[in-house]
Amino acid sequence: MATTTYLEAIREGLWEEMERDPNVFCIGEDIAVYGGAFKVTAGFLEHFGEKRVVDTPISESAIVGAAIGAGFIGLRPVAEMQFADFITCGFDQIVNFAAKCRYRWGAGVPIVIRAPSGGGVHGGPFHSQNPEAWFAHVPGLKVLCPATAYDAKGLIKSAIRDNDPVLFFEHKALYRRIKEDLPEQEYTVPIGKAAIYRDGTDLSIITYGAMLYEASQAAGDLAAEGYSVEIVDLRTVFPLDEETVLASVRKTARAIVLHEDTLTGGIGGEVVARITEKAFEYLDAPVVRIAAPDTPVPYSSPLEQAFLPTAAKVTAKARWLLQY
Amino acid sequence: MAVDVEEMLRLYGLMVRIRNFELKMVEIFTARMKAGDFPGALHTYCGEEAIAVGVCGVLRPDDYVFSTHRGHGHALAKGADLNKMVAELNGRASGLSRGFGGSMHLYDPSIGFMGTTGVVGGNLPLCLGTAYASVALGGTFVTVAFFGEGAASQGSFHESVNMAAVMRWPVVYVCENNLYAATTHVAVNCPLENIADRAKGYGIPGAVVDGNDVLAVREAAVEAIERARSGCGPTLIECKTYRHHPHCMVIPEHRPPKECREWHAKDPIESFAASLMRIHATTRDTLDAIEAREVGLLEAAVKFMRESPLPDPATVGDYLWA
Ligand SMILES: Cc1ncc(C[n+]2csc(CCOP(=O)(O)OP(=O)(O)O)c2C)c(N)n1
Repeated sequence: MATTTYLEAIREGLWEEMERDPNVFCIGEDIAVYGGAFKVTAGFLEHFGEKRVVDTPISESAIVGAAIGAGFIGLRPVAEMQFADFITCGFDQIVNFAAKCRYRWGAGVPIVIRAPSGGGVHGGPFHSQNPEAWFAHVPGLKVLCPATAYDAKGLIKSAIRDNDPVLFFEHKALYRRIKEDLPEQEYTVPIGKAAIYRDGTDLSIITYGAMLYEASQAAGDLAAEGYSVEIVDLRTVFPLDEETVLASVRKTARAIVLHEDTLTGGIGGEVVARITEKAFEYLDAPVVRIAAPDTPVPYSSPLEQAFLPTAAKVTAKARWLLQY
Repeated sequence: MAVDVEEMLRLYGLMVRIRNFELKMVEIFTARMKAGDFPGALHTYCGEEAIAVGVCGVLRPDDYVFSTHRGHGHALAKGADLNKMVAELNGRASGLSRGFGGSMHLYDPSIGFMGTTGVVGGNLPLCLGTAYASVALGGTFVTVAFFGEGAASQGSFHESVNMAAVMRWPVVYVCENNLYAATTHVAVNCPLENIADRAKGYGIPGAVVDGNDVLAVREAAVEAIERARSGCGPTLIECKTYRHHPHCMVIPEHRPPKECREWHAKDPIESFAASLMRIHATTRDTLDAIEAREVGLLEAAVKFMRESPLPDPATVGDYLWA
């Protein structure tokens, strides 16, 4: 039976990196004594001590800034935002400082900002957002959105070892829902590499984060109808692994780009642009995006269900595309 | 300032309304969670009722209130409709925000209630706008901003208080210091004994009051509101209090049991009831009648909610723009 949750996978990766490198430390709200709002750092204070697991005031700008400053002199901070939505309060420090200090000064910023994101948990407009595209637009930042426990662990480790600022979006709805058996031995997952989650020949679904599981369900349903669907899990949304995306589309000639973030200005637009620029002659149909509508995330259940992309929506669109 | 018994009973009724509302929401949310219908976070105001009622009780209908994530009490004290409150927390189309927002997105400008806020400290800059407008439009209305002691660590707090102080805008900042921000003790958020001590740094008056004593809160509010109305600028009032429940329903109790017990013994409603009977010759029957009235109103509100439809999924894209 699969044993490690997505949440535990992140925790394990973080723990291993803290054991491995004394320069790694965690900083954020309610992370030490309580162990984090979602309990990702439970037990860290007891094991690593208060110098390496730091509870702060509710001051996201100061948390991010402190991480950046510590990064300047070689420490490897992992800052936690209690919810990804509140990363906005640290926005200036992230986009003007973390992202640009190497380019403008040559100052390395080897920090990780962990942020629980995503909807489907009845959090309403301020506790459900997927802010990855805001940051993918800022040159200098790396943006990760793992979907599996395996990738969550391997990527948090790579993020901590990376010498540049990494935003690590953890999907809240996956924390305890996803369970996998992870390798006994140590491993990392490279930043900037997508994965073929499912092999197929008729259609590519390019996705990331919680939508991987909607894609997977849709692929299963379509298989029953005789279609072979390939799923590309981006894992890193910026920098994009163009090669893997293009190779898949060249093979299948049809593509859906799927994400939970809202449509306009989302990662999907960028993926579609690259496909049409670089694989146009391989396409048999338009590349379509499936994403949340351009609205805030609504609270009430029927609205949130209407808002979130689902396997059913993917399947319907896929059928249309497959018969195009 | 003397408060007559009739007014005291009105305040008492509001406190009871808030308490009953919160306990009913806990009951409904718990049942929904058990049924696998997770309703999201619920930050209750139980134990802090004296603050919202003490402050809002002296506001005029045209005064404004900007609230927090723990804002049901502020909304009810300012006069929000019980039916629409229950409906919003349960995601009904008849709710204050049509079910689109939930607990942390309550808003009713018709009574000067300018919204609860899921982003800690996010309301503090907003309150400057109505305060500015009061001055610019030559009004005498004032603005109250509630916030927790944790929110006072946000840059938004500093920017807001400083700007109001410099401009002498009519704001009353009411800090509800319940000792914990989520699970973090106030000592991690502020090195001073009192948040109100920071007032000095902004060149404005600060006051510390017993936040479980509705009349003490009221007295401090009267003075600060008067100051604001007469053009003398903002005041920072800190109310010392404690919440009965953990931070929200999904976070288990983490506070020392002894501390919880000591504060429970200082329950603002029970102590107000006791003093009403002891000093003001109110009878138990009078208080019971208030309780019964409030229970009836709440039951009607729950019924209203249950009979209200959920929002139509087809409306998900509505209301984005004017
Ligand atoms: C900007 C921001 N950071 C973090 C959070 C998560 N959070 C929600 S409530 C809370 C504690 C707030 O404490 P305080 O302001 O003292 O209010 P209280 O809950 O004690 O009433 C935190 C950290 C948030 N909602 N917004």
